[in-house]
Parts: sequence; structure tokens; C-alpha cells
Amino acid sequence: MKKNRLFENIIHGIFLILGLITIGCVLLITVYLVISGIPAIREIGIIDFLFGKKWASTAEEPAFGILPFILTSVYGTAGAIVIGVPIGFMTAVYLSKAAHPKVRTVIEAAVNLLAGIPSVVYGLVGMLVLVPGIRKLFNIPDGASLFAAIIVLAIMILPSIIKVSITALDAVPKEYEDASLALGATPTETFFRVSVPTAKSGIAAAVVLGVGRAIGEAMAVMMVSGNVPNMPSLFQSVRFLTTAVASEMAYSSGLQQQALFSIALVLFLFIMLINAALNFFLKGNKEG
Amino acid sequence: MLKGKLSGKRKAYITAMRTAMLVSTVLTAALVLFLVIYVLIKGIPNISWELISTKPSYLSDKIGILPDIMNTVYIVLATLVIVLPLGAGAAVYLTEYAKNKKLVGMIEYAAETLSGIPSIIYGLVGMLFFCQFLNMETSLLAGALTLVIMNLPTVMRTTQESLKTVPQSYRDGAFGLGAGKWRVIRTVVLPGCVDGIITGCILSVGRILGESAALLFTAGFAHALNGIIDGLTSPGATLTVALYVYAKEQGEFGVAFAIAAILMILTLLINLSATLVGRYFAKRRNV
Amino acid sequence: MSDIMTAKELCLWYGSSQALKNVSISIPEKSITALIGPSGCGKSTFLKTLNRMNDLIPEVKITGEVSYKGVNIFDSSVDVCELRREVGMVFQKPNPFPMSIYDNIAYGPRTHGVKSKAKLDEIVERALRDAAIWDEVKDRLKKNALGLSGGQQQRLCIARALAAEPQVLLMDEPTSALDPISTSRIEELALQLKEKYTIIIVTHNMQQAVRISDNTAFFLLGELVEFGETEKLFSQPKEKRTEDYITGRFG
Repeated sequence: MKKNRLFENIIHGIFLILGLITIGCVLLITVYLVISGIPAIREIGIIDFLFGKKWASTAEEPAFGILPFILTSVYGTAGAIVIGVPIGFMTAVYLSKAAHPKVRTVIEAAVNLLAGIPSVVYGLVGMLVLVPGIRKLFNIPDGASLFAAIIVLAIMILPSIIKVSITALDAVPKEYEDASLALGATPTETFFRVSVPTAKSGIAAAVVLGVGRAIGEAMAVMMVSGNVPNMPSLFQSVRFLTTAVASEMAYSSGLQQQALFSIALVLFLFIMLINAALNFFLKGNKEG
Repeated sequence: MLKGKLSGKRKAYITAMRTAMLVSTVLTAALVLFLVIYVLIKGIPNISWELISTKPSYLSDKIGILPDIMNTVYIVLATLVIVLPLGAGAAVYLTEYAKNKKLVGMIEYAAETLSGIPSIIYGLVGMLFFCQFLNMETSLLAGALTLVIMNLPTVMRTTQESLKTVPQSYRDGAFGLGAGKWRVIRTVVLPGCVDGIITGCILSVGRILGESAALLFTAGFAHALNGIIDGLTSPGATLTVALYVYAKEQGEFGVAFAIAAILMILTLLINLSATLVGRYFAKRRNV
Repeated sequence: MSDIMTAKELCLWYGSSQALKNVSISIPEKSITALIGPSGCGKSTFLKTLNRMNDLIPEVKITGEVSYKGVNIFDSSVDVCELRREVGMVFQKPNPFPMSIYDNIAYGPRTHGVKSKAKLDEIVERALRDAAIWDEVKDRLKKNALGLSGGQQQRLCIARALAAEPQVLLMDEPTSALDPISTSRIEELALQLKEKYTIIIVTHNMQQAVRISDNTAFFLLGELVEFGETEKLFSQPKEKRTEDYITGRFG
């Protein structure tokens, strides 16, 4: 009997360890980013680092200001949200409320496919279709720009926005919609004046998720944004927080490499903030 | 009096909203269609037996992607072998053992956090921890371990969801027969979560195939052809990383599109199998 | 008293199963008509046909005619939104929107184009007063309606229906989810409302039908078995099946 008990305890212990692995991973990532990210910030000075407008990591007198990256990431994400959210939201309302079930199945499969396409494939198509297209359309010397990145990001966040919004809209009780129809509202009025307000925290969560996706994307953006550390401007080559890390890591060393870790730390803080917001909206959804 | 039609304003609102919904949906669908067709048309003509069966050679100035294909296979296998037991185990702990609500909340919050972290950060930490601290150097194994952390939440969540569908009465029945906890888990609980593990497996394969940023600094971008043991301990590019290198660094767009087409076809197959498996399990559960 | 709604040989199918069989009935204005019968007898289906809420269910086929003030409501020139404004509905389960009390009541008028704040304030107050809930909620009009008790929610839903200024109010077992006290308040309310509105109420509760209705219609298996003054129907039913039902032999 005693032996049996011991055996059960061991098994319990093993599962406990497995359960704790996720927490361990989060701690590992946090600790590594903080430890490796702090030194450069100390050396450069937090103000100069965060608000410095010039990044010249390999110059004779190197400058490590990441304001261009921060602003590019913020503008790029905002741009993607401005374009992607209305399209995704409207598609979600249509699929959840108005579409014929067969249409819904087909388009949902398409949206899932969009979510599954590797980011380098987006980058490749962006490089060869979008970038030359922008160059010709706006008559600028190089189409690899913030604008190109915004378009690619807007497309890449569509699946998250659509899928999470659909889940929220599907959960709206039919009674609410019936009541609205019985008051003489048309179906379309009902979707937008009753169903959407009811699902608003879920839809907010979808938007926040989209923000997270957009700000964290590296490869596709790297392939279409030109990758020059300019202050952001719509039709100029720019560098994001993610691409700043990715583009120099392979050949960096010393303070330059440490500064890259610091950039990753800044990006991580952004993501943690977004996670907290996401949690807030999802919790609000459960209670409301 | 019933024939008073909708006022002009209402009509305009309804028309505007319906149009916006339709245009958005058509745009989304057209986008997917364009991407798939464009990539396949540009890529398939570039796929040749020679391309997929040889390794690149500077001497004959030819490109072959066999090493990249093999690396992808190795890294998928290595990641799955590690992540499936870990993720499923964590899910079993959460649904079967954990009593402390706070701990469960923390674990779930940690999993959510993990799924929100961008892959470039995984790549960086993977490089620092696996390659440098654990001295694995840049290798497929270091890449696979990085991907394990990335895919842990996915496997955990799908397993958890399928465990929730195992009726409590099954467990009670087994306990009632005097079975120990482990025996109940092994005979009643684990068989019930097979579908969750398979779904998690399919989703993970999709993510691994599509991943690039996390692999750049952990698995590297070599094109050497190795067996699985040598392969895991040496650096190597997966198909996605190879696509990036060929397109961005070498301007070999033909090869890049060939790889893109292969990835597109694999994505289609993975989505299809996820749907079919999902339907199959849903049906089996309802019977 | 003139008749406000009339059904003539109304039949309704869900797919291949027939839910209403040749129902003909005339509902008198400014009175309460109760629809009774066992579950699945078609009374709710009939009620929902009167404001065409059945249109929302796929594979519904309707023949026959229902007229409202002499107009056939199935006529292609009839605007279903206008019909539903004239023929309001209160549901079995209280279903206020997850918005403020004020926005709930203002939803109907706003939908039909009322924008002026003063006008809306007036409509909201009148509807809440008519539904006998004004005193309970006047200090918290901006609070979420889901914070009200079940009985209050149902009266709020009645007020919401009244705010659209209907002529007819359809009630689908409006008290079945409520406690006895809330139920009696709704019944009192119904009796007050019949001075201005025509009420058609589906109920499972025969005492309720006796207490509040002027006329009663008894449905069985999709057929209208008997229709007449409530007192007469319950004291001297003409049909054997009605008698069996009201004496509790089945149902």
C-alpha cells in the first residue's frame, strides 16, 4: 500500500513539473530579456536610448537611439489596424450574421488559410507585387516603405480579427436579436445596433490581438520595409523594433549586440502591455 | 398604413452597411484567392525533380533544396517528440491534478503570455539560452527546443479542450472500481485526449513549417545535407528560412517561389486535415 | 367592438410538418385574447405569425391570410418593419438589451427615426409610466438594464414594446419565467393596458387566462378548436376536447 502511495506521489510530482513548465518558460524569457537588456540601456542612458533619433550602430561614433524603431512600430501597427480592423470587422459581422451557412464555411476556410500562410510567403509576394506596385503608383524611387509594411500587416492581422470577432458575435443571445426585430428594426440594423454592441468586448479583444500580431511580426515586414533606420514616414524605408533586432543580430557584438537585446526588451514590454489589455477585455466579456 | 416604406435615411444606412459587409468579405476572399493562385502560378513551374532532390553546389552553380526539406522534417519531428508529451502532460496536470485555483490561473496566464510573444523574441532568447548558455551552438536542436516553447500553449490548449469532453462519470466509475489515480488517467483520461493531441500536433506542424524569425539565430541557415543525428547537432535552414535567404539575400526569386508554392500546398493540406480531423472527432463525440 | 386582426384559413408548415391547420379567428380591438392549449399545439406559432417573426425561420411555408386593419400582412407591399412597429411583442424570457434602461426604451423610437432628445425623453417616460415601472427606475435610467430583477426586466420589455407606439401587443407566455408576485403585477398591467392596446397573450396557465382575458382561443395539434368569451369557454365549452383540456384530463 505504502509503495503504491509513493508511486502515485511520484506521478503527481511529474505532472506538477510538466504543469509548471509554462511558468518556467515565461520566467526564463523575462529574466533573460531583462538581464541581457539592461546593460546597454545603462551604458547608453535610458533617455538617449528611448528618445534618441539616430541609430548608427556601426559608425565610428556609434549612436543608439531607438525612437525611429518605436515610432515605426507604433505607426505601422496603427496603420495596419486602421486598414485591417474595418475590413475584418465587417467580414466577421457578415459571416456571423448574414451569410448563408455554405458561404460562411467556404470563407472561414479561406480565412484559416490566410492565418496559416507563412510570413515569409507574405514577404515574398509583398516584395514582388506590392513594393513595385507602390513604386509605380506613387512614383517614388523605392516602394519598400512603411506603407508597404502597413498593407502586409493589415492583411496578416485579418484572420485574428475575423476569427475572434466571429466567436464574440456568435455568442450574442438570439433573444436580443429577436427583440430588436420585433420592435421593427431590419436585420442589418439589428446586427449593428444590438449584436455588435453586445459583442463589443470580444471585438475589442480581437483588435488588441491584432495589435499584438502586428507589432510582433518581423520577417514579412523585413522583406518589404526597406530596413533603413529613418524616422517613420509613409513612403520611406523604415525599420521596426522587430526588424532592428533581426537585421543586425547575425553580425553584431559588444555594445551593439547588447543594444539589440535592449530593443527586444522594449518590444517585450509592449507585448506585455498588450497582453494585459487582452486579458482585461476577455475577462470583461465573460462577466458581461 | 403598413405600406409606409422605410424612410430614406434608414434605407441609406442599411444599404451602406450591407455594402460595407459585402465589399469587405469579397475583398478578404479575393485576397486569399489571389495569394494562393499567384504563389502557385509563380512557383510550380520552378519546382523540378532536380531542385528537390539535390543540394546546392557552388561548383556547378545550381540550387537544390533537399537539405532544407530534410532540415524541415528533422525539426518538425524533434519539436513534436518533445512538445507533445510536455504539452499534454501540462494539460493533464491542469484538468486532473491541480486543486489550487491560483496556480491553475497562473499556469493558464503563462500559457496565454507565451502565445502572445513574438517569434523574434523566442529566437533571441533561444539563442541566448540554448545556443550560448547550454552550449548547443547554432543547431537544429536548439531551433527545435525554441519551437517547443512556442508550441507548448497550443498543444496544452487543444489537449485541455479534449479532456474537458471526457465525462466526469467515466473517472468516477474507474475510481469507484478502486483504481488508483494514475491508472484512471492512463486508462480513462489519456485515451480521451488523443483527439486533442492530434489536433495540437497538426496545428503545431503548421506553425513550425511557417516559422522563420525564431529559427534565424537558433538553427541558422546552412544548406548541408545530413542524417537526422548529424542534422540535429549542426546548423541548417528550414524551407521558410531558405525562402527568406534566397529571396532577400541572394535574389533567387525562382527558387523562393518554388519553396513558397511548396509551403502553400503544405498549408492547404494542413488546414484540410485539421478540418477533416475536427469533423471526424466531433462526429465521433456526438454518436 | 371592431376586429383589429383577422386570420383566414391560415396554414403553416415547418418543412414538411404542419404546425397550423386552417386557423380562422377574429381578434377584437382593445381587449385581451388568451391563446391556450398544450405544448406544441401551435399557439406560439400562431402568435409569431401575427407579426411575421416566423419569417426568420428557414423553410417556413404559409398559406391563407392574416389581415391587420383590413390589410393582408403577407402582401408583398407590406413593410414588415412597419408591421412589427404596429404589432409589438413581449417574449417568454425577459430579454432587455445589455444597455442602459433609457437606451432600451429608446431603441424602438430611435430605430424609427426619432432623434430629438426632448421627444425621446418624453417617450421613455410615458412608456415606463404605462408599464408601471417608472417609479422604480426613474433614478437609474442610465444604469444597465440587466441589473433589474426578472419581473422588472419583463415590465421593462413591455415598456420597450410600448415605446414603439404599437396598436397590438403580442405576449408569449410573459410570466412563465417569473415569481408569483411579479406575475400578478404583469397581469394587473395587462388589464390597465387593454384600455389603449389590443393584447394577445399565450399562456400555459389557465387561471391566468380566466383572470385577465376577455376572449380565449383553445388550440390543439395546430387546430383552433374553440374560440369565444372566456367565461363561456371555461364554464360551458362547446367542444368535448376543450372540456377535456380545461378540466385537466390531458395537457
